[in-house]
Amino acid sequence: MSDTNDTPFLEITRRQVLEAGTIVSVSGLLPAAAQAQAPSPKPAPENGATVQVSFHVNGEKNVLEIDARASLLDMLRERLGFVGAKKGCDHGQCGACTVHIDGRRVASCLTLAAKVDGRDLTTIEGIGSADALHPMQQAFIDHDALQCGYCTPGQIMAAIACVKEGHTSTPEEIREYMSGNICRCGAYVGIVAAIEQAAPQIERS
Amino acid sequence: MRSLSYIRATTVSDATEAFAAAGEGARYIAGGTTLYDLMKLGVERPAHLIDIAALAGGDRIDTSGDILFFGAGARMADVAEDAVVRRDYPVLAESLSKAASQQLRNMATVGGNLLQRTRCPYFRNGAIGAYPCNKREPGSGCAAIGGLDRGQAVLGISDACTAVSPGDWPVALTAMDATIELQGPTGTRSVPISEFYLLPGEAPHLEFAIGRGEIVTGISVPKTVAGRNSTYLKVRDRESYAFALASAAVALAMDGDHVRHAHIALGGVATRPWRAREAEELLVGRSIEPEMALAAGRAAFADARPGAHNAFKIELGARTLADAIMTAGRKMQ
Repeated sequence: MSDTNDTPFLEITRRQVLEAGTIVSVSGLLPAAAQAQAPSPKPAPENGATVQVSFHVNGEKNVLEIDARASLLDMLRERLGFVGAKKGCDHGQCGACTVHIDGRRVASCLTLAAKVDGRDLTTIEGIGSADALHPMQQAFIDHDALQCGYCTPGQIMAAIACVKEGHTSTPEEIREYMSGNICRCGAYVGIVAAIEQAAPQIERS
Repeated sequence: MRSLSYIRATTVSDATEAFAAAGEGARYIAGGTTLYDLMKLGVERPAHLIDIAALAGGDRIDTSGDILFFGAGARMADVAEDAVVRRDYPVLAESLSKAASQQLRNMATVGGNLLQRTRCPYFRNGAIGAYPCNKREPGSGCAAIGGLDRGQAVLGISDACTAVSPGDWPVALTAMDATIELQGPTGTRSVPISEFYLLPGEAPHLEFAIGRGEIVTGISVPKTVAGRNSTYLKVRDRESYAFALASAAVALAMDGDHVRHAHIALGGVATRPWRAREAEELLVGRSIEPEMALAAGRAAFADARPGAHNAFKIELGARTLADAIMTAGRKMQ
């Protein structure tokens, strides 16, 4: 996971630091008695009717009992710790949550988690490693195709699918088929250049 | 969002039985791109979801006979990419590829897309509920009339509702005389798309001619030579990934330089997919010239009724249709 790359030695992730910070700031507002029972960073148990789902994420099998209302995005982030996919709008309008189901890109925020029973998921954590980046990851670095980086996992997952679909023959076609991914920093020029660079290195499906 | 049960059906009869057994609060879900979105907004509040996205054979696409058949479970992206549809019926392929994003087209089904609900911001404001909406809460009133109505319809409106029918694919299917195949607890039936969408009238919460427990199982489109001379033009606030301010589906059957028959429907401007018969009749027997195309565009909007901020849609819609007629006409040459 990219989140662990900067501090592997301490085995502390940026997410754990953020969660710890949240707990400290919340507990500061609570009376002393409540501080002894400060919220645990572990995921809360589901509180609605549940369904069992069995699926693969990045090649590894998972079996989970999940709330029937849960989104795939929330299941990946809150139950499994795959925090690469981001929650931008939570309504399918921004693309930050893009992952692949059976090789096809989807908005995980608008996908019921219950629907992925028996399916193969790929997230940004599954496409490369720190030692061997995916060609699309390397191309995004080469072309400064990001600024704040929040949309980047979704952009990269959409971009890989865009290449595999065969929708990269012109810059115009790339822009059209990447229009589901919004970048508030406006790194679009770099994103299109990165996809043009990586496309020949990725096989069409 | 309220707690709910979820089951996955594998056949249509499984699904209709599960729906009947679930009783009040049951809803079918396919791609879920509309329903789940509206659940998050508090507009839809199902208690039981019956998933019909993976019905056996439900995603069949068959263009080999004398009709085009699209199983309701076929994904929008797959129909948009179908080689025969792209070559012989560009109006259908373009209406799909210009809708939503590739992520959503991979999720949404062509059957579910027929039932997409309006993007009227007052309708979608469900969780807060500060605004009345006759579609969301029958009888509560309409905040869009006299409100921020830039996006509202100018055709087919009533004193109870001006919400735009949001789709592109239903507009193209309306132009091409599609038939909707339905299956429910009491059997199967077919409904011409011209009878499938209801005008808002006094009861804007009734949107589709579909019975309780019925499932859209397929869409049939009669084959026609007009398909090749066809186009879907969509004008919006940004070039891609936005709903239509005005759109036009046009297909022309020609005798030499002259129009034998025109298929025309409009989107983004009306409360249902809008067949423009006046414009069609005006073109019959004529050659495709810019003045004639604009006259047809104006004829289509003769009965338009604008609100406070959407009068621009009448001129935009007329010119969108005129451009689409010119594009379809040029495919002849």
